[in-house]
Amino acid sequence: MKDFLPDAERLPGALPAWHASIQAESLRAVAQKAREGKARLVALWASDETTRGAGYAVHLALALPAGLLWLSAPLEREHPRYPGIADLFPCAARMQRAAYDLVGVHAQDNPDHRKWLRHAAWPGGQFPLRKDFDADARPEPGEDHYPFVRVEGEGVHEIAVGPVHAGTIEPGHFRFSIVGEKVLRLEERLGYKHKGIEKRFEALSADEGARLAGRVSGDSTVAYAWAYAMALEAASGVQPPARALSLRGIALELERLANHLGDLGYLGNDVALSFGFFQFWRLKEDLLRLNHELLGHRYLMDFVVPGGVARNLEPSALARLLDALGSIEREVATLRTIYDEHAGAQDRFIMTGQVTLELAAQFGLAGLAGRASGQAYDLRADHPVPPYAELEVRVAGHIRGDVAARVSVRFEEITESLRLMRALGAALPGGELRVAVAAPRAGQLGCGWVEGWRGEVFVALDAAQGGRLHRVHPHDPSWQSWPLLERAVLGNIVPDFPLVNKSFNLSYSGHDL
Amino acid sequence: MNQLPGIALQVLQSVLVVLVAPLVMGWVNICRAWLQNRSAPSIWLPYYTLAKLFHKDAVIANTASPLFRLTPYILFGCMWLAAGIVPVLATDVPFAPAADIIALVGVFAVARVFSALAAMDTGTSFGGLGARREMMIGFLAEPAMLMTLFTAAFISGSTQLPTIVETLAHREFAIYPSLAFAAVAFLMVLLAENARIPVDNPATHLELTMIHEAMILEYSARHLALIEWAVAIKLVAYMAIGFALFLPWGIAPAGDWSALPLALAALGAKLALAGTGLALLETLLAKMRIFLVAEFLSTAFLLGVLGMLIHFLVR
Repeated sequence: MKDFLPDAERLPGALPAWHASIQAESLRAVAQKAREGKARLVALWASDETTRGAGYAVHLALALPAGLLWLSAPLEREHPRYPGIADLFPCAARMQRAAYDLVGVHAQDNPDHRKWLRHAAWPGGQFPLRKDFDADARPEPGEDHYPFVRVEGEGVHEIAVGPVHAGTIEPGHFRFSIVGEKVLRLEERLGYKHKGIEKRFEALSADEGARLAGRVSGDSTVAYAWAYAMALEAASGVQPPARALSLRGIALELERLANHLGDLGYLGNDVALSFGFFQFWRLKEDLLRLNHELLGHRYLMDFVVPGGVARNLEPSALARLLDALGSIEREVATLRTIYDEHAGAQDRFIMTGQVTLELAAQFGLAGLAGRASGQAYDLRADHPVPPYAELEVRVAGHIRGDVAARVSVRFEEITESLRLMRALGAALPGGELRVAVAAPRAGQLGCGWVEGWRGEVFVALDAAQGGRLHRVHPHDPSWQSWPLLERAVLGNIVPDFPLVNKSFNLSYSGHDL
Repeated sequence: MNQLPGIALQVLQSVLVVLVAPLVMGWVNICRAWLQNRSAPSIWLPYYTLAKLFHKDAVIANTASPLFRLTPYILFGCMWLAAGIVPVLATDVPFAPAADIIALVGVFAVARVFSALAAMDTGTSFGGLGARREMMIGFLAEPAMLMTLFTAAFISGSTQLPTIVETLAHREFAIYPSLAFAAVAFLMVLLAENARIPVDNPATHLELTMIHEAMILEYSARHLALIEWAVAIKLVAYMAIGFALFLPWGIAPAGDWSALPLALAALGAKLALAGTGLALLETLLAKMRIFLVAEFLSTAFLLGVLGMLIHFLVR
């Protein structure tokens, strides 16, 4: 890391993470160098530093081979602007738009200047994440004007889908330009689930923040809670006990298992193979009930807390869990054979919604969808922190990047998660579950980076005076995947979109914040 | 005055089909649930649904024309008419000479045209999408259906359904290869025309994949109830056509009232069997990509033609 940027300072904690402050003018040069070094952009966000006597700041998190690099560039108070990097990292385009909507920092040369997370809830020209913005203010809803890109031509027409859908799913708007059944262009409009989570963090103490972090995206509550705890523990200089770390590992794999089971069921349902749907959802429901019984919550909310975990897993409970995992493994193996040998389902899965290797690399796609497109990144293997250090996680992978590849990666990850849980359960260390976490001193940084079931969940934390939070940015892997969904569906037919969408199963809540 | 028993029979059959149709739907749903290891809903659930819908207030788009309101009644009427033409219980249905098999296909086509027009009437994108897909399936399914019916018509030398059933039910038992081909073709058409898996998914909530459901998304309350009911009657009518052509045994001959109880029992058994078979097919198959439907129905057409040719070859 010192070779890449000599000023980089190692952040505390087990995670190989560094921080550096650079000038806004050199932002592009560093980003360029990172791009050439095959780095990925993990997150881009902005913060208001006016209460610290400065202006604003834009932050970048880059995934380098050595670890994570958090770059901060101070921006002036009047006209805060910085050189945009959307041409180097295409996934940055929407993050730059969101940074403008929330903090009012302007990316120069951003090809797209439309709003992104702002709808009509607050007027343009006001920026909710600025410190002088009153969180309790309820501005009159204004007009929500959003110009979609129009595709012109003979026989081209638009289908507008959402934000309210026929099924019980999260809200998002999809604008298809189609000719016949063929998709010429898909444009997403997100932000319907913007709840002001980042603003809320600033009103909370570091300890209360953990509960909020666990609610950024309900299906990834363990990953978010862990990433937040990791960031806070790093900032406070606390090392959680070994038993707690192993239990966190088990919880994270349980979360992965439950979500993969649910998604595999949904994928069956989307090709009208209800048998698969009900079998997988029965397995998932049984697992969730077991979660509730053994660990206190179906989705394991508030299990991971700063300093450790909230509940113990007694030996008898562990035995029951391992027993249940055994039967899940047997049933999943049978169901995989059924999926693999079902000609009708495979015909729908194969070569549908393809994301090529080149496109995935260009957009910095990581996580489950990335691994299905040849991007073999997995934090549990690349930068293993306890308890993953000795487990040698086997990274699932596929190169075709279609729905079938994402199905295959899910099956492989289920098998690996089961192995990891057994290994963690067999060598569960004794000792305490939780240590006290002192309030970090003002200005102390910490970051958490956890491989959730969808991909890399990142939390950047900047502490304020008296155990408060100056700025917390939780970043969902969906930011990287949403733009690729637009690409993946091109050339496919309209009725295949739900299947492609479900094969990614991206978070709206985690993205809209 | 020997028309009277016929008319009584006609009324009985028409009322019976309309009343029994939701029960058949309920039975199919039960079988599907069992085959998927689920606990099954009540067999009466479709009736409750209809009752619920009839008690609701209809919501109609401002842009809807009178055609939109009229269409559910036309659909229901068409399906009821179709169910009246097909000999279900006995071969002497006084209504039957009013329309032969070609007109029967025409009745279904009228329903299709009106539902497509109503779908486009409100101007929503899903309505147009569904109507377009429905018309594609329609123009592929109708010829295949006609070929199937012609095979049976050639065997009995008439396009009148009662005559066809009479002939087929009373000849000595032999396997007719032409009818076997026609039966497979008919089954494929039945799945496509009734919006069942693998062509359409009646249980889906995914707007973008719908065919039939996309056309009726704008309907609510009594209009929706009539359409749902019509869908159930259509399924029973198709099953009845299938029984008439390929499993005609047990149907009461003309003027023989004493054969009616047996005919009723036979009908119940056949409907139960057909419902189970349909549920089994729907459990085993996945929905095909929409453009494969063209191949699917072309295959049905081809099988129908083959059946007809074989009839002439082996005669």
